[in-house]
Amino acid sequence: MNTLIVISVLALVVLYLGLFKAGKSLLPVSVMGLLLALGLAVAEWNVNPAPIYKGMMLFDNFAIAFSAITILGTILILLLSKNYFEKISEHVAEYYTIILFALAGIMVMVSYHNLSMLFIGVEIMSVSLYILAGIKRRDFASNEAALKYFLMGAFSTGFLLFGITLIYGSAHSFDLEVIKQYVLNNANGGISPMFYTGLSLILIGLCFKIGAAPFHFWTPDVYEGSPTLITAFMSTVVKTAGFAAFLRLFITCFAPLADFWVPTIIVITALTLFIGNITALYQSSFKRMLAYSSISHAGYMLFAIIGLGNAAINAVLVYATAYTIASIIAFAVLILVKKQTGSDNYEGFNGLAKKNPFVAFTLTIAMLSLAGIPLTAGFIGKFFMFSSAVAQYQIWLVVIAIINAIIGIFYYFRVIVAMYFKEGKNLILATPIQFRFVLAVSAILTLVFGLYPTIISELI
Amino acid sequence: MDNFVSSIQTVPLNHYLILSSIIFTIGVIGVLIRRNAIIIFMSVELMLNAVNLLLTAFSAYYGDAAGQVFVFFIMALAAAEVAVGLAIIVMVYRNTSSVDINILNRLKW
Repeated sequence: MNTLIVISVLALVVLYLGLFKAGKSLLPVSVMGLLLALGLAVAEWNVNPAPIYKGMMLFDNFAIAFSAITILGTILILLLSKNYFEKISEHVAEYYTIILFALAGIMVMVSYHNLSMLFIGVEIMSVSLYILAGIKRRDFASNEAALKYFLMGAFSTGFLLFGITLIYGSAHSFDLEVIKQYVLNNANGGISPMFYTGLSLILIGLCFKIGAAPFHFWTPDVYEGSPTLITAFMSTVVKTAGFAAFLRLFITCFAPLADFWVPTIIVITALTLFIGNITALYQSSFKRMLAYSSISHAGYMLFAIIGLGNAAINAVLVYATAYTIASIIAFAVLILVKKQTGSDNYEGFNGLAKKNPFVAFTLTIAMLSLAGIPLTAGFIGKFFMFSSAVAQYQIWLVVIAIINAIIGIFYYFRVIVAMYFKEGKNLILATPIQFRFVLAVSAILTLVFGLYPTIISELI
Repeated sequence: MDNFVSSIQTVPLNHYLILSSIIFTIGVIGVLIRRNAIIIFMSVELMLNAVNLLLTAFSAYYGDAAGQVFVFFIMALAAAEVAVGLAIIVMVYRNTSSVDINILNRLKW
């Protein structure tokens, strides 16, 4: 729980540093503070499994594992912010602060034990992200992304809230433990129809937040319009948090009602996979392709929610880690390429490998991992996902997912082909040391998790 | 306070449920069919207020304060959302001189 306090205080400290014009110290202070928060989170491993603050939060191993991934992802993304925000405006400290506040909301989202905390966490995170999506005030695409994200986010919050209210109306409490007991006591047909309606509305609200089809339509526009660094944050850290919140609620409370909601999620998963992958094939912009690829990865992660149980938590953990680090590489290279060429199309990547072997190599690893090729973390993630679905006898769903994984290979390999086999302008990317560090760390982690999956797969 | 709670309880709970569902649906339809960003925004607020009404009714019926506390949270966070949302709408208006969401179509595949 100290993690949440440290991150909140850190955000305020960074804001004050901005007030005193200490621009140079913003990044080091943020990263050090986040490392401290990460250390405090890890220190609570296996220590304190009881709900705290009158049953509002539960900082169990689940929460710690997801906090660790999200904090780590945020550190890597903040390292990429070197000279990024300075070009947008001179008030840089605010951007760091808002990212840290979003992270504080995420901490609440992964450790809630009461539906009111779920709502508060989601809102703290979302309100911060509405601002971040629109930080390029003169840029029309950024404006559009902010407005769309805001309207869709507020709309989905309405569904989430109505669902929570109906569940409160039938279980008489917001506490996850009480709701679980209500479900268990009335599992033989005594559950009021209001509860089922509430469950469906919460499902809709959360599907909006994680960008699963048919509630995905805002995702590509928002991801493309937002500044690239913010897109990286939204499509990795925020998405992981959304899945953690989803999984926590459904595993704790709604598992006995699986017969009711599993068919719905199966349809949503299949739709998400097909829409994400097939539309990604037709994109000419690398950034928009990554947006659709993030929709399709949401589809793969939904497999875990069908699987339920501890195996599913591990599967999401592995998948989210693999996806986060691989996407961070992809976005880092995109930032570099866009800085030099000014466009985010595939053409910018032509012939990149000749002059920038290191950058091209890390991006290749990232693309292989996203496509799920063996020896990378992405393969392990997909393997766990599919095996948890097979264990539930969802054979057809796995067949659909494998077809989609093959479609995915086409568009991920397009970048690799462009870098290695096409003639380009031979441009030399200026790669600052932070970028090299992030690329190297992420690539090494991808390979290590791919070769030794047991490091992470038996955590919970 | 007792007086207030008992007067809430003179109306059956189902009526609150139906009223809130109707208001919520009006909000959803408003978001889906209106094209003015401000009116969409108002419709979203209507959805949230339907939730507030229902929470208060449940809370009064069950004699449980948690529901009313939740209403305060919703109000506070809705206010924060209004602040950010109106700022975003003003920003868009400055660049395009319009709050019609049909002009938001430059990002299309």
